Amino acid sequence: MTRGALFWIVVTIVLAALPPVASALGQPFYIDLARRMMILAIAATSLNLILGYGGMVSFGHAAYLGLGAYAVGILGFYGVTSGWAQWPVAIVACAVAAAAIGAVSIRTSGIYFIMITLAFTQMLYYLGISLELFGGDDGMRLRSRSTFSGLLDLGNAVSFYYLCLALMLLAVYVTYRIVNSRFGMVLRATKSNEARSRAIGFSPYRYRLTAFVIAGAMCGLAGALYANHTNYITPGLASWVQSGDLMFMVILGGMASTAGPLLGAFALLIAEEILKGWTEHWQVILGPLLVLSVIFFKRGLAGIFHA
Amino acid sequence: MLEVRGLTKSYGALRASDGIDFEVREGETHAVIGSNGAGKTTFISQLAGDLRPDAGRIVFAGEDVTQLRAPRRARMGLARSFQITSVYNEFSALDNVALAVQARSGHSFRFWRDARRDPKLREPAHRLLDEVGLGARAAVLAANMSHGEHRQLEVAMALALEPRLLLLDEPMAGMGAEESQRMIGFLRTLKGRYSIVLVEHDMDAVFRLADRISVLVYGRVIATGAPEAIRASAEVRAAYLGEES
Repeated sequence: MTRGALFWIVVTIVLAALPPVASALGQPFYIDLARRMMILAIAATSLNLILGYGGMVSFGHAAYLGLGAYAVGILGFYGVTSGWAQWPVAIVACAVAAAAIGAVSIRTSGIYFIMITLAFTQMLYYLGISLELFGGDDGMRLRSRSTFSGLLDLGNAVSFYYLCLALMLLAVYVTYRIVNSRFGMVLRATKSNEARSRAIGFSPYRYRLTAFVIAGAMCGLAGALYANHTNYITPGLASWVQSGDLMFMVILGGMASTAGPLLGAFALLIAEEILKGWTEHWQVILGPLLVLSVIFFKRGLAGIFHA
Repeated sequence: MLEVRGLTKSYGALRASDGIDFEVREGETHAVIGSNGAGKTTFISQLAGDLRPDAGRIVFAGEDVTQLRAPRRARMGLARSFQITSVYNEFSALDNVALAVQARSGHSFRFWRDARRDPKLREPAHRLLDEVGLGARAAVLAANMSHGEHRQLEVAMALALEPRLLLLDEPMAGMGAEESQRMIGFLRTLKGRYSIVLVEHDMDAVFRLADRISVLVYGRVIATGAPEAIRASAEVRAAYLGEES
């Protein structure tokens, strides 16, 4: 068995065992924390597809987290609470937004790409703030969590937890398949040497745009999950701080690695929780820690696990 | 096969290509020689589609390709190698060639099957590596290969495109004497099987490989002809060969 496969078996067993253990210890809070980590791991995994494998430094990936969450919130506001409708709408809305944003941004590169993706996301952020009907700056509580014809109750913390676990593993697996497919090879090769790709006949733009749309759609799913997780939507989900967090998860965990985004998301949120317990100025400690981790783990946390 | 008329490209006051007329016949190896700064790379970059000419036209296999971009021309069968090595460093030699094989096997919007386990890509790539003499180095990361091996790899990638016309930009650049001899020997095996444009500094290589030679001086073709005629031409000797011999 490869180390990668072993890694995922251990991760699955540990995460599957977490709810009963946490309940037995009388610490249901950990179920909530792990669920949030898994949802953000999905978002980070989607960002890794374009950032890690595609070399597109998108500083606006939170746009899709926010858009996915608002799709759920707004449909719920108008009485559509079925997840069968909400979640596909969230995913498709994000795919469409990513297609529009990507169509413009991918024509640029380097610092311009970073800035233009940031600008688009800020536009969505301010749009969220201006929507008084949906709570404006303060955001809005969901009328109800998404419903699934009585098959699944997201109000039940444990069943929602297992749904997130299943979807996270699915997102990781789908991404793994994509980056090793013909499509993924073009994406990664073009990151490695764009001139060479053009010379052998690949037009980079269409492959990059497609990856951008897939990543947006996948992050839209994370957004729909996040809205149900907090039972609350706020424009802050699409803020540049959130985009930066996602980027950091990918870089800390290890770009262009299968396990990186998950490790990065978990490490960042766990560090945050521990430090918050010590001091309210936790960010002063977290910042330098992150800098050190980037300096010393050049290939990210995944490099340590060889996963 | 390839016909170029009045190709012109300027950088400010510098005319890097100055009304170049040029033609490659089916199956011919046509060498382009010229001293540094004569505009050889500018010329080949326009043929490949990496640079747009200011004026003139390029007709490839009966089609005007002047306005087409490089990826499109590559798919039509115009394959180039680079003067400065350009390979995928983070990938193995086999991956590099397999990617080129993939490039000519239709679109790559296939999202699920593992490309590295696809015999349709791996087997032709293996054959090509054997052909250029890199068979034993298939699993080596391109970043860890020698300069000479990179040149061989580039040729394998160009051949993987099943080109109708090969554009070789100084394939011997930076090679040791022994590596050069091996590369010349290998290029001789390609002669006649492919139409080739060979841009090269190494006069020995040019006279051994070329069917015809064009001499580029300050962006102009001052002479085109068989190797013996070029060697004998007083104008060429004065403008170019004289400096070297």
